[in-house]
Amino acid sequence: MSKKAVTEGAAAAEERIYVASQWQLMWWRFRRHRVAMLSAAVVAVFYIVAIAPEFFATTDPQLSEARRSLIPPEPIHWFDNGKFRPHVYAVAGYRDSMTFKMVWESDPNMKIPIRFFAQGFEYKLLGLIPTSRHLIGVGEGLEASDTIFLLGADVQGRDLYSRLMYGTRISMSIGLVGVLLTLIVGIFLGGVSGYYGGSIDNVIQRGIEIIRSIPTIPLWMGLAAAVPRDWSVVQTYFAITIVLSLFGWTGLARVVRGRFLSLREEDFVAAAEIAGASQFRIIFRHMLPSFLSHIIASTTLRVPGMIISETALSFLGLGMRPPAVSWGVLLQAAQNIQTIALSPWLMTPALVVIIIILAFNFLGDGLRDAADPYQ
Amino acid sequence: MIGYIIRRSIVAVATVWAVSVIAFAIIQLPPGDYVTAYIAQLQASGSSVSMEEAESLRQQYGLDKPIYVQYLRWVSQFARGHFGVSMLWNRPVKEVIGNRLGMTVVVTLGAVMLTWLLALPIGIYSAVRHYSLGDYVFTFLGFIGVAIPNFLLALVVMYLGFALFNANVGGLFSSSEMYLAPWSMDKVVDLLKHLWIPAIILGLSGMAQLVRIMRNNLLDELGKPYVVTARAKGLSEFKVILKYPVRVALNPFISTIGYTLPYVVSGSIIVSIVLGLPTVGPLLYQALLAQDMFLAGTIILLVGAMTVIGTLISDILLVWIDPRIRLEGR
Repeated sequence: MSKKAVTEGAAAAEERIYVASQWQLMWWRFRRHRVAMLSAAVVAVFYIVAIAPEFFATTDPQLSEARRSLIPPEPIHWFDNGKFRPHVYAVAGYRDSMTFKMVWESDPNMKIPIRFFAQGFEYKLLGLIPTSRHLIGVGEGLEASDTIFLLGADVQGRDLYSRLMYGTRISMSIGLVGVLLTLIVGIFLGGVSGYYGGSIDNVIQRGIEIIRSIPTIPLWMGLAAAVPRDWSVVQTYFAITIVLSLFGWTGLARVVRGRFLSLREEDFVAAAEIAGASQFRIIFRHMLPSFLSHIIASTTLRVPGMIISETALSFLGLGMRPPAVSWGVLLQAAQNIQTIALSPWLMTPALVVIIIILAFNFLGDGLRDAADPYQ
Repeated sequence: MIGYIIRRSIVAVATVWAVSVIAFAIIQLPPGDYVTAYIAQLQASGSSVSMEEAESLRQQYGLDKPIYVQYLRWVSQFARGHFGVSMLWNRPVKEVIGNRLGMTVVVTLGAVMLTWLLALPIGIYSAVRHYSLGDYVFTFLGFIGVAIPNFLLALVVMYLGFALFNANVGGLFSSSEMYLAPWSMDKVVDLLKHLWIPAIILGLSGMAQLVRIMRNNLLDELGKPYVVTARAKGLSEFKVILKYPVRVALNPFISTIGYTLPYVVSGSIIVSIVLGLPTVGPLLYQALLAQDMFLAGTIILLVGAMTVIGTLISDILLVWIDPRIRLEGR
């Protein structure tokens, strides 16, 4: 390439940057952040599972069967004699005559082929479309619940993998709904505090100070335990979300207030005021868009906190309760050391929690870097 | 300085008041009151209570009075050192909590101390040798520390302790005899032997943040002319780094304790439940599961008050150590 072409190319690139919108610039910067891109993909996969867990599950998560208690994980073998033929080994159990414990053994000679988009139990996709297609399943004449144990089974013989898929729905959505609630309260109180300043600001700031100096977990535990036992899953869900948001809004309120305080002095706000724009218009048309990206980034960084809190409460048996399935509910099985020692696969939900928390943290970091205009 | 302390004390009192209101609300939230629960408990064990007896019990506990009178009664008994009676244990709450509150303080302080002891050298190392392999290793460990919730970490440590060493890593003492024994040198040593595991689990996320702050602050300081001057004058590298830049960079160590304390106390509750530590955590948990709201409310109030007092002390210490804060306080 000649020198002239190079400078022309650079000029064209510069031209592109000058005319690009704020969101385009952010996207370009975000795209360079490899780990954040990967994390975004992970988060997207988790939300797809959360939308349609039935499709990814192999069996009904409530289907218990004492006969299948604590079957260890049985992974998919992808190749058979060098050919691509995914299958699982058949599992057979017998009772140890000495310890009376069930012992499970997989039989490498009994291969059960795996089918994709196979027929399984019936469900309604997105709660609307009745179907019985599943991502993985077994062929005609076999029941997935008797043959596929990708992550093993729990004490009551329920398939852990399928339960994990269903748990994703509650755990991932509680994070999102909870953060949305804190966002509304945070933007409102933080905005009022930062925009008006003075004594209103003082009162709200002292309130935030007080809330932040209280240890939250004991309060959450107390409030969650007060949720009546006979409430339905949906009622408990919303009660827990509200309990979690109750003390969670202070961080966002601080961020919003800080932004408002610094923006209030900007020339474009003064210009809008002089031009006679209403307060509503100044806040929502001029100020909010200029720090929206920043808000989105710090909101993303707060989702994992919500997920952890829900998992912790449910783990203790104070949050979501069976028959609801969430990651915390699944982890209840891993509460005592004997169970973990004998059947360590019951801890897989912990691994899933850690993966999604890391993904959200990296994604949030990437978004924050991309949203920061001073770099 | 006096003015600052007074101002901070007023905020502290307001905070304790707010906690007491929330704790009282938690006691009131479940349907029914103390007497209904008490009667249910009696009926479960076979004996019955007549309407008159129930009414006299209600009068005795002041449950027939309006809600604010009940609140005032409840709060004022704290001033007199009474904490009410636990239904679950059928004993005064004071006896039930006993030295568990002290153990909570020990575990919390242990975590904070360990955080400081480890974060300081690691932070200095990461700044002086930044972008070295060690720096990356610590950064990675720090990220894990922030990302893994401490109760899951406790669970994993329990499992690893069992799988690798076939040992139970929970608890704060080797045996229950040791726990009940009067304080002696042996008991303290035994406590210290067990304390480090929960302390690391609790302190890890705070430590990771502190290392980041320390590293960044020190990196800023190391580039300043006075460091170059010190080095040009031929001071030993040890002195060049430790004498001035580290001292300046140390500030966040003290100033962050104020807001890390609530997190550590929060975490200690749930980690104690997993690891079976004799703190107020498991007690609160049992009380909540059994709907013994008087015990639960009292624990919540005590833990909240303890945290607020701890924060207050750390804030006052901060003003005492760093004169620059004093000016802002006025």
